[in-house]
Amino acid sequence: MAFPEPRPQAPELPQKLLKTLDCGQGAVRAVRFNGGRPPLYIPSPAPPEAGGPVTPACCSPVDGNYCLTCGSDKTLKLWNPLRGTLLRTYSGHGYEVLDAASSIDNSSLCSGGGDKTVVLWDVASGQVVRKFRGHAGKVNTVQFNEEATVILSGSIDSSIRCWDCRSRKPEPVQKLEEARDGISSVKVSDHEILAGSVDGRVRRYDLRMGQLFSDYIGSPITCTCFSRDGQCTLVSSLDSTLRLLDKDTGELLGEYTGHKNQQYKLDCCLNERDTHVISCSENGKVFFWDLVEGALVLALPVGSSVVQSLAYHPTEPCLLTAMGGSIQCWREEKEGGAG
Amino acid sequence: MAALDSDSDEDLVSYGKGLEPLEEGERPKKPIPLQDQTVRDEKGRYKRFHGAFSGGFSAGYFNTVGSKEGWTPSTFVSSRQNRADKSVLGPEDFMDEEDLSEFGIAPKAIVTTDDFASKTKDRLQEKARQLAAAAAPIPGAMLLDDLITPAKLSVGFELLRKMGWKEGQGVGPRVKRRPRRQKPDPGVKIYGCALPPRGSEGSEDEDDDYLPDNVTFAPKDVTPVDFTPKDNVHGLAYKGLDPHQALFGTPGEHLNFLGGGSEGASNLLGNVGLSKGRKLGISGQAFGVGALEEEDDDIYATETLSKYDTVLKDEEPGDGLYGWTAPRQYRNQKEPERDLRYIGKILDGFSLASKPLSSKKLYPPPQLPRDYRPVHYFRPVVPATSENSHLLQVLSESSGKAGQDPGTYSRHQLNASKRGQLLGETPIQGSATSVLEFLSQKDRERIKEMKQVSDLKAAQAKARSLAQNAASSRLQSSTPDLGHCSQHPTLGSWSAATRASNFKPFAKDPEKQRRYEEFLAHMKEGQKDALERCLDPSMTEWERGREREEFARAAQLYVSSHVTLSSRFTHAKEEDDSDQVEVPRDQENDINDKQSAVKMKMFGKLTRDTFEWHPDKLLCKRFNVPDPYPGSTLVGLPRVKRDKYSVFNFLTLPEPTSLPTKPVSSEKGQQQHGSDKSRKLSRWDTSKLERKEDSISEFLSLARSKVGPPKQESSPLVNKEEERVPESLSDKTVDKGAASQPEGEGSRPSMDLFKAIFASSSDGKSSSSEEEQDDSENDQEGTEEANFQSSQEVAMVESAVTHTAEPVPCEPAAPFPIQKIQIDEREEFGPRLPPVFCPNTRQKLETPQREKHKKNKEKHKMKKEHRRKREKKKKHKKHKHKSKQKNKKPEKSSSESSDSSDSRSDEEETADLSPRELLRRLKCFPLRKQ
Repeated sequence: MAFPEPRPQAPELPQKLLKTLDCGQGAVRAVRFNGGRPPLYIPSPAPPEAGGPVTPACCSPVDGNYCLTCGSDKTLKLWNPLRGTLLRTYSGHGYEVLDAASSIDNSSLCSGGGDKTVVLWDVASGQVVRKFRGHAGKVNTVQFNEEATVILSGSIDSSIRCWDCRSRKPEPVQKLEEARDGISSVKVSDHEILAGSVDGRVRRYDLRMGQLFSDYIGSPITCTCFSRDGQCTLVSSLDSTLRLLDKDTGELLGEYTGHKNQQYKLDCCLNERDTHVISCSENGKVFFWDLVEGALVLALPVGSSVVQSLAYHPTEPCLLTAMGGSIQCWREEKEGGAG
Repeated sequence: MAALDSDSDEDLVSYGKGLEPLEEGERPKKPIPLQDQTVRDEKGRYKRFHGAFSGGFSAGYFNTVGSKEGWTPSTFVSSRQNRADKSVLGPEDFMDEEDLSEFGIAPKAIVTTDDFASKTKDRLQEKARQLAAAAAPIPGAMLLDDLITPAKLSVGFELLRKMGWKEGQGVGPRVKRRPRRQKPDPGVKIYGCALPPRGSEGSEDEDDDYLPDNVTFAPKDVTPVDFTPKDNVHGLAYKGLDPHQALFGTPGEHLNFLGGGSEGASNLLGNVGLSKGRKLGISGQAFGVGALEEEDDDIYATETLSKYDTVLKDEEPGDGLYGWTAPRQYRNQKEPERDLRYIGKILDGFSLASKPLSSKKLYPPPQLPRDYRPVHYFRPVVPATSENSHLLQVLSESSGKAGQDPGTYSRHQLNASKRGQLLGETPIQGSATSVLEFLSQKDRERIKEMKQVSDLKAAQAKARSLAQNAASSRLQSSTPDLGHCSQHPTLGSWSAATRASNFKPFAKDPEKQRRYEEFLAHMKEGQKDALERCLDPSMTEWERGREREEFARAAQLYVSSHVTLSSRFTHAKEEDDSDQVEVPRDQENDINDKQSAVKMKMFGKLTRDTFEWHPDKLLCKRFNVPDPYPGSTLVGLPRVKRDKYSVFNFLTLPEPTSLPTKPVSSEKGQQQHGSDKSRKLSRWDTSKLERKEDSISEFLSLARSKVGPPKQESSPLVNKEEERVPESLSDKTVDKGAASQPEGEGSRPSMDLFKAIFASSSDGKSSSSEEEQDDSENDQEGTEEANFQSSQEVAMVESAVTHTAEPVPCEPAAPFPIQKIQIDEREEFGPRLPPVFCPNTRQKLETPQREKHKKNKEKHKMKKEHRRKREKKKKHKKHKHKSKQKNKKPEKSSSESSDSSDSRSDEEETADLSPRELLRRLKCFPLRKQ
């Protein structure tokens, strides 16, 4: 299959607790790194100078120096997670903030929340640039597209709406209403929209091909994400299982179990080199599986309650987890020893 | 020389004056040396002369600085206790007092410089000065000033003069008219509007017969308006006693305040010095009485009332010799004053209006009719019998007529729909759809019939009681119109909402029903007297009143149920009036296959559906992606029109409850649709008791029974269905599945119908849960959960009773579909958000939330327990039935219980490995290898 060969040396996993931040904004609904999506990790057999093409995504300024926390007290906060400093608080939501994303150039943020609105923020001034109204229910998830010209928001009203940031139109560019139940997760690549729904299907809208691929998983989907090479999709569902599917064919590449995810909407992701699969769990741990072997590598104990959200640094082995009202920053062992 | 010396002193010539001989004992004065000769200023301070060309006299302190201390900052304040207030020193701070005085180099007061000050004799100023001079202790002393002041003209005068102006003329272009007599009349001041030209001038002009044509004249000089402010507290136009009179007072002369003031004033001011031969000077008794003077009576200047006027009367001008036959100049002179006689004198600063005030027009009161009696008498109370019903109708019409036309609505009582009605708009169909519109005509009819029975009973009961009330109240008030009138606002409120008259509360009495429909029709047209019109004129008053009440109630009842129904349902996405439905061309179909595929982990072709999907053009643009379908205008999935109730539409729809094979281990997998269904059903379960009386549920059950697929059997009642639900759930065993499918299909209406009917209501109901959420939702949730919990408790007790004796198989918290279903049921959609559990949350506000949350958690626990028990129960049943699949569960639970040490040994697993599991392993084995 198309996923990369395992590295010769085992990559470091972030298991050293570097910092715990009490966010002071109620429950932290989501924690996200800033910057755009991490660059697609293309394992090139030859180094670029040897003739291999340099992927343009590598040139994009992926940051990951800051993080966003979405609080249940209607605020969105921007932090430096390594130093633990609060940079700015964005308040303007009418209800708890459920998800946030930052544009690739770090100039704007978008967030969605229980007030059914999607808000576009100006990072520097902290002002609301636009508020998109139209969802009939809570907005579970928001994403920018690659150029931050469109915000995609998934809501429990079972629709995904594509909001145009460029024009002043109040209505969305397009509504994707194929789902039969609430949308729990939306991810965007340069030409695809990946959506997981509670109706147990993962739908991938391919704009380039003009096709919709719907994969039946069965259990309500809690989180989906692309792998960094863009070849696979990782799907977590409420049957406490993560599945790695081939993006093109929908075949099952791997299955990861051992954690507990039966009630809550929990996040999952891949690490920065696509070697491990990471997921939150309801028993206070973060689980790491080897992507290829499917074996549980690490169960990182975070706390006693549910690990609500996590975010993985786009380029470094750095993990952010959210539990209760605080977030934790984890680095690899070596880095932690160095400082 | 000797001779000279010897000679006598007479020969000596002496020049000058000799020094005075020194007096005895006096020391000769030392001359003051030059350096000691000093100049001092008026305060005795030294002034030292520096020489005319190097600065003149000294300044400052000994030619240094302004003070003895020198440049020591005098304003230094310790900034510890009291901060020094910033003081900016200006040049004035270094000036001497005399510099700031009126004639210093920096005078403080603003004065007109000499260049611009007018030094000509201003008349007013002059008068004031004369007045002051007269009042001064030495009268006439000021006159000296006039002689002394230098004759200097201001710049303005000089400029005007250069332009040809002469003193005494007015300013402006020369006019071609008869020269006015430029006679300054100091006595007559004109303020404000100029008086109309006086005839006297005309007469004067007539005297000048020489009028050359080419001569122009300067305009008349205008006396400047006196803007002296009133700075005293006297009344308007108050004048003190004339100093003239006080000083040179002529005894016996009246102090004339009322008339002839201007003349007096002119006399007083104009020619002070030359007052009728009297000398200037102080006259009075203090200087004694001369031999030729006989003014004895004036000794202490006693003023008696006799000196004053007590009567307002015309006083003859001048010497009083002339009456109305006076010569013309007398008459003309007095003319303006004569106008004022009745209002007194014109006050200083006022002038007479040139135009008379327009008088208000008065209208006479209306003419009363001849037979008008200013007493109100009440209408006679006519006993309501059939003979005089016509009379009654006439009476009631005449009394109830006022303000009941549709045109006389108050603007503020109208709402949008009423206005729309008035304007003849077609009412918007959107807001008040009801379930009934989903149904076919025949079904509607049947529902109506059923509803009518109950409604009729209720309406009649109500009407009866109301009629009784009304009757009693009518006895009290004895005015039948009262209740009627008070009813009309309510009629107006619901008249807009009445729509279809398909609700027949009076079906038993067709005549009455007809009247009711007529009434409704009238109401719809917005006629307020609809009731009166459609009532049977042959009825008695009592019947009439009762029917009125009944109709009103019935209409209201209908509307309210209508509204409550419509508030519970939202619009369908498809139009209902057409038989065609827009259906996505391709549908994600046959979940059964997919589920089995998922179960066997055969993801790929089996679980994947691929559709043609058209992205929006703008979206493609924003994504920098070429439009995959450049020609098409379609957006989204392609859609086709199909028959609404075609069987084929339903065939593609998921029918999860009728799934044949559903091993417990994979039931999680198919949870989404299963949960859809069973969620709703369990909701029915929980709220069965409270809903039984609900008329809506009746509606719904009826609707379901009507619209369902034709092969549906009878027994549309809810209860039965509900009873069937657990059955069907428990029937889901592996073997039985295929056999039970058609049966389940037959006994159950189609999924689409459920969706159509329950979509909105279940949304409204189930959008609760979310523990730390919405307060508004929490109320709703509270009740629901309470219900839920109570029912669960009941069930728990049941299960405890029934299963205490049974051996409980050890299954700790296995993931079980039922459990999840119930979790989901508490939620809005999908997975919940994690609970707010932050031990270090600082907000006080959240404490109640947390408490609530705890409560919820407790509930949760209870539910879990309960679920576990129910699971056990079911397990037990299954044990009885088949006792087949238990393979996955213990494995799962063990993997969960042992969290981190999750190196699941294959040996342990293979211990009880079912063939199914083996198959699964086989299937994914190659996958794992990759």
